Amino acid sequence: MVQSDVMSGKFGIEAALFRTLDEFIATENHSPDSLIEVLHRAQEIFGYLRNDVLAHVASRLHLPLARVYGVATFYHLFHLKPKGKYEIHVCTGTACYVRGADRVIRSLVKELGVNLDETTSDGLFTLCNARCIGSCGLAPAMMIDKDVHGRVDPKKVRRILRNYR
Amino acid sequence: MPEFKRLHCFLCMGQACVSSGAREVRARLAEELAEHGLSDEVVIVETGCAGPCVHGPLLSVWPDEVLYHQVAADDVPKLVVEHFIKGRPYTPCLITEPGGDIIATQRDFAFLQRQHKIVLENCGVIDPERIEEYIARDGYLALGNALTAMTPDQVIDEVKLSGLRGRGGAGFPTGLKWGLLRQSPGPQKYVICNADEGDPGAFMDRSVLEGDPHRVLEAMAIKGYATGADTGYIYCRAEYPLAIRRIEIAVRQAREYGCLGEGLFETDFSFDIELRVGAGAFVCGEETALMQSIEGKRGQPMPRPPFPTQRGLWGCPTSINNVETYANIPWILRHGGAAYAALGTERSKGTKVFALAGNVKNTGLVEVPMGTSLREVVFGIGGGVVDDRPFKAAQTGGPSGGCIPAAHLDAPLDYESLTALGAIVGSGGLIVLDDTSCMVDVARYYMEFCVDESCGKCIPCRAGTRQVYEILTTICEGNATMADLDRLEKLCLLMRDMSLCGLGQTAPNPVLSTLRHFREEYEAHILEQRCPSAVCRKLLTFSINPAKCTGCGVCARNCPVETIHKEDGERRYEVHQDECIKCGMCFDVCNFGAVVKE
Ligand SMILES: Cc1cc2nc3c(=O)[nH]c(=O)nc-3n(C[C@H](O)[C@H](O)[C@H](O)COP(=O)(O)O)c2cc1C
Repeated sequence: MVQSDVMSGKFGIEAALFRTLDEFIATENHSPDSLIEVLHRAQEIFGYLRNDVLAHVASRLHLPLARVYGVATFYHLFHLKPKGKYEIHVCTGTACYVRGADRVIRSLVKELGVNLDETTSDGLFTLCNARCIGSCGLAPAMMIDKDVHGRVDPKKVRRILRNYR
Repeated sequence: MPEFKRLHCFLCMGQACVSSGAREVRARLAEELAEHGLSDEVVIVETGCAGPCVHGPLLSVWPDEVLYHQVAADDVPKLVVEHFIKGRPYTPCLITEPGGDIIATQRDFAFLQRQHKIVLENCGVIDPERIEEYIARDGYLALGNALTAMTPDQVIDEVKLSGLRGRGGAGFPTGLKWGLLRQSPGPQKYVICNADEGDPGAFMDRSVLEGDPHRVLEAMAIKGYATGADTGYIYCRAEYPLAIRRIEIAVRQAREYGCLGEGLFETDFSFDIELRVGAGAFVCGEETALMQSIEGKRGQPMPRPPFPTQRGLWGCPTSINNVETYANIPWILRHGGAAYAALGTERSKGTKVFALAGNVKNTGLVEVPMGTSLREVVFGIGGGVVDDRPFKAAQTGGPSGGCIPAAHLDAPLDYESLTALGAIVGSGGLIVLDDTSCMVDVARYYMEFCVDESCGKCIPCRAGTRQVYEILTTICEGNATMADLDRLEKLCLLMRDMSLCGLGQTAPNPVLSTLRHFREEYEAHILEQRCPSAVCRKLLTFSINPAKCTGCGVCARNCPVETIHKEDGERRYEVHQDECIKCGMCFDVCNFGAVVKE
C-alpha cells in the first residue's frame, strides 16, 4: 500500500531523507535489479533499515515487500536495528583468529560493557565481528567505521577507544 | 627546458600501510619538501600495495631504490634532510635482516627479490589513480593489439597456449572457458569479474584492484572482444571501500581515454563496465549466487547445468573469472602464451599470488612461479615463523581448503600436489600456523564460518554444517567419544557428495584434512581430555606461578567471577579452581607472564 507523504506523517527532516532516497532511486531508473544498491543507500541515509523504509523501497521499485525483506535479511551488512555512532568491527578472519582476535573481542566486551551485536547505552559504539577485512598482514585487526587499526591488543584497544569518546 | 625531477618517492597507500599511518607520512612529507624548497625536485607518488605489509608504511626512493620501512611522520623531517639534502640514506628506517645485516635497497630485500612478478608487476610501482602511469607501463597495449591485429579466435588460442587456469579456486582452464562463451549463441553476452574475495585470510584480489585496477579493466575488454560480449560487471565486496573507489576512478579514466566505451581503438568493437557492490555474503563468490546478487536478489546458488555460459546473467550467456585470472591476461598477450607456459609445472602454468599471513614474520603478498615449494614461501620469502616457534602447518584455501603439515614443507605449490595432500591452492590465502594453534579448534573455526555463511537453500549444507560444528564443539570441550569421530567423518563425506554448490561440497575439507594429518590431536581431546596446544579453554587450567607473581593484583581485579584471591598476609595471588570459568582474562592481563595455562 502506498501512502502519501502527509498520510504517513513524513514531515521536515524525515521528508527530506525520503526525498534524497527517491532521487537515488530515480538515478537507478526504479529498476528492481538495483535493490541492493538502493538498500545500501537507504542504510546510509537512515542509519539502518527501518520497516517503513523497506516498505517505501518496495513500493518505489515495484517489488513485493517480502522480496525486499528477504534481501535485507540475507546480507550481513544490512541492519534492521539502529546502530551506534561508531561501528566497531573486530576482524575474525583466519589470520586474526590465530593471532588473538578473541582477546581483542574480550577486552572490547569488557571496556564497552556490551556483547557482540549490541550497542552501548550512550549510543556511541556498536560492537560487531567481521568475517575478514583483508588486513591479514596487520593481524589482529579491527575497523572503526572505515578506519582500520592493526596489531591491536587489550592495551591498544583502550587507547583507540579514547580517541572516539 | 622539460620539468626535471631529481627523486621520486613511492609511498605505498595499500590498506595495511594506510592503517599504519601512511597518510600522515604523506602529509608530513609534502610539508617538509615545501619547507626546504624541494617540492619541484622531489615527487611523491602514491602507489598501491607493494607487498611486505608487515613493514608498512613503506617508502622507496628512486632512482636510488632505497627502501624505508615503518616510517613514522616524526621520521620525515630527519629523513628529508639526510637523504634529500645531504644525499645519504636515513638509517633508522632501513630494514635490518634477522642476522643483523642492514638492507639499503629494494634489490637487496630477499622478500621482494625471490618473487616473480607478473600479476603484481605494477603494484607498488605506479599511481593506480592515474591511467597515464598504467599506459606508460605498456598498459592497454595488449587490448589495442588484440583489437587491431588479432581475431577473437587468435586471442583465445593465445590464452589456451598459456595454460592459464582460473585463480578463483577451481582451477578451470581459462582459454577453454572463453571458448565456451564464444561458441554459445545469443545476441547479448556478459563477462563478469569476481572480486568478492570471501575467503578469510586472502587479500590478493584487493591488492590488485587497489594497486593496478586498469589491468583488470583491460583484460575484461580483451575477453569481451574474444567472446562477443559488450558489457562487463565487476562484483566487488563492500568490505573493500578503497578498491571500490579505485575501480570507479579507473573506469571513468578509461572511458575518457577511449579504452572503454564505443568503437575502441577505431574499430567497431564497443565495451563498457559496470561496478556492483556486494553486501556481505560469502556464498556470493559462488558464480551462480553472484549472478543472482547482481540481479538484486538473495545470493542463492542455482543447480548447474545450465552453466553460466549457457544461461547466466538475465538468462544470457555469461562467463565469470576471478580478479587474478584477469590480471594475468595483458601480460600473456604482450609476451605470448608460450612465455607464460614456460613458467610453472607440467599442469600448473605461470605464477600464483599468495597472501601470506598468520604466524609468519613477513606477512604480505608473494607472487611465485607455480610449483615453488612451501618451504621457500614460508621460510625463504616469509622469513620463517614468528618468534622462531616450530612450524606446524600451512592452511591454504580457507574454509574450502586444508592443511599442509610440516612433513610436507617441500611440497610444490601447484594444483595437483596440493589436491593430493588434501588441501587446495584455492584463491591463494596461505596462513602459517605454529604450535600455538590447535588443529581441532582451527577446523571448528572454519565450520563456524560455514554455519554462518551457508545460504540455507539445500539441507546437506544447512543442517550438515551445524551438526559437524556441534560435534567439533563437543570434541573441543572434552565431551566426545570415539564414536563421534566416526559420525563426524561420515557426515563430512555426505555433505561433500550431496550439497548443491561448492560451499557445502568443500566445507568438510578443513575437517577431513586435519583428521588426516592431525588425527592424534583429535584423539588427545577425546581420550585424554587434553588439548595439546593449550587452546581449547574448557580443557585448560589457569594457575599462578608464585615465582613470577609480583602481587600487583591486576588479575584479581579483572577476574569476572572474582575467583582470584590472596590469603591475608600473603603477597601472591591464587586461582580458586572450583569457580574458574576459564575465560583467560587473567592470562591476557598479567604483565609478568605469571599466569600459566596448561
Ligand atoms: C562458496 C564459494 C565461494 C567462492 N568465492 C569466490 C571468490 O570470492 N572469488 C572468486 O574469484 N571465486 C570464488 N569462487 C569460485 C567461483 O565460483 C568461480 O569458480 C570463479 O570465480 C571462476 O573464476 P576463475 O575461472 O577465473 O577461477 C567461490 C566458489 C564457491 C563455491
